[in-house]
Amino acid sequence: MLVRLSHRAIAFFAIVLALFCLTFVDAAYLRAARAAALAESGVLAARLGLTDLSLFTEARYTRHPTQADLHSAFQDHPMAFEHFPSGSLMPPPRMLTKEYENLDRKTKSPD
Amino acid sequence: MKTWIEKQKALIDFTLASLARRKIKNLGLLLVYTLIVFLLASVMLFTHALRKEAGKVLENSPEVIVQRLVAGRHDLIPPGYLEKIGRIRGVQKKEGRLWGYYYDGVLKANYTFMVPQPDALMAVESGKIAVGATMARMRGLVPGNTISFRSYSGKLFSFEVSSVLPNKSELVSADLVLLSEADFRAFFELPPGYYNDIVLSVANPLEVRNIATKLSTLLPDSRPILREEVLRTYESIFNWREGIVLVLLSGAILAFAIFAWEKASGLSAEEKREIGILKAIGWETGDVIKMKFWEGALVSLAAFLLGYIAAYLHVFRFSSWLFEPVLKGWAVLYPRFELTPEVDGFQVATLFLFTVFPYAVATIVPIWRAAITDPDAVMRG
Repeated sequence: MLVRLSHRAIAFFAIVLALFCLTFVDAAYLRAARAAALAESGVLAARLGLTDLSLFTEARYTRHPTQADLHSAFQDHPMAFEHFPSGSLMPPPRMLTKEYENLDRKTKSPD
Repeated sequence: MKTWIEKQKALIDFTLASLARRKIKNLGLLLVYTLIVFLLASVMLFTHALRKEAGKVLENSPEVIVQRLVAGRHDLIPPGYLEKIGRIRGVQKKEGRLWGYYYDGVLKANYTFMVPQPDALMAVESGKIAVGATMARMRGLVPGNTISFRSYSGKLFSFEVSSVLPNKSELVSADLVLLSEADFRAFFELPPGYYNDIVLSVANPLEVRNIATKLSTLLPDSRPILREEVLRTYESIFNWREGIVLVLLSGAILAFAIFAWEKASGLSAEEKREIGILKAIGWETGDVIKMKFWEGALVSLAAFLLGYIAAYLHVFRFSSWLFEPVLKGWAVLYPRFELTPEVDGFQVATLFLFTVFPYAVATIVPIWRAAITDPDAVMRG
């Protein structure tokens, strides 16, 4: 007997939906399995007082964006183009620009 | 109820048979649709997991870091600063940190040299170093090997690798080189009593901001960095990165939107003829609309589910290999890490709404227009 197209579609969606639900089960499994690695990184960060992820190691202001000084990203010239690809994808930390803005507004004498 | 289900099944049979008549076109649509969902879901899952990971790893980073700025740039903390800070009420512990960067011409990579705090239980003997797993892999180092670095003054220093930091912590330690205080000071020619910055721990977490304010008053050239600012920086970095990737993708998304809209809303002559015939043989307007609704729903739901599953596997089971070149940039040292899956249900629901609903709705409107007109007029075009 020829299987109806709708039955095939229902079977297909049942399988795909089961796989979709399985991603959440897998996520829970991986969370448990990788918890030790996460904890180890956390312990190392706490022991050594680390402040940044070593994801972008090419320049000091991408290696330690939270520790970068106000001018580090534009060290050659204020309008210089970024040297590093990750620098062009990453803005200066918001806290730095905010602090800078405040200081600017506090200026009483005209520039 | 049974009749209703049978009717829907019959409509699905008819819809699928109709889709199969334009197999190549519809399979192409499904493929592109799935690819778009895959890309969007990958970006979403990856940045969310990375943001969470950074938050969890760095939640125990120092409460306050005090830097000294001279002419807008970092400068060394001179002797006497630690004592001054000690007078601020509420500061529980204060320690000077020694760390800096070293460019290795062999690997053409930057390392982070650091002296572990005395109470870190990670003390390194003089003449020895502990290195991050990524660096050890790239330089082919194992415990017991000797490695030489030429300092900025031109002198050659040799160190024995005492240990390699755990692989599991590569995300924070890829380029780390831990060495003793004496070696660090000799290597960078740093006079005694000078530090790179100061780490403070505060007795009462609610007092952190007050202490930062007192610090700024007591030491006007200092810049306190709070832990919450560190965490906020990472939050904004990954928000920005996600935004940039989505902007780059927006061209592709728009192209797809136009393609899908054209496919879904504009009816081909063949489709119009099909509707005309269906109406002529007695199908009601409602049935025609339901049939087309099933077409939109089946295609978009299949694309969403397949795209999402592929994105999940890509990010959490295949280490996001598509994004690696973007993240890597020019970095020579790039850590191997596996992200902990953190799936935000709200984000998944948003993705579902933005990908499935517009297509399903876009298929219904033109059909409704065609279905309410006279079959004869529809068939004649």
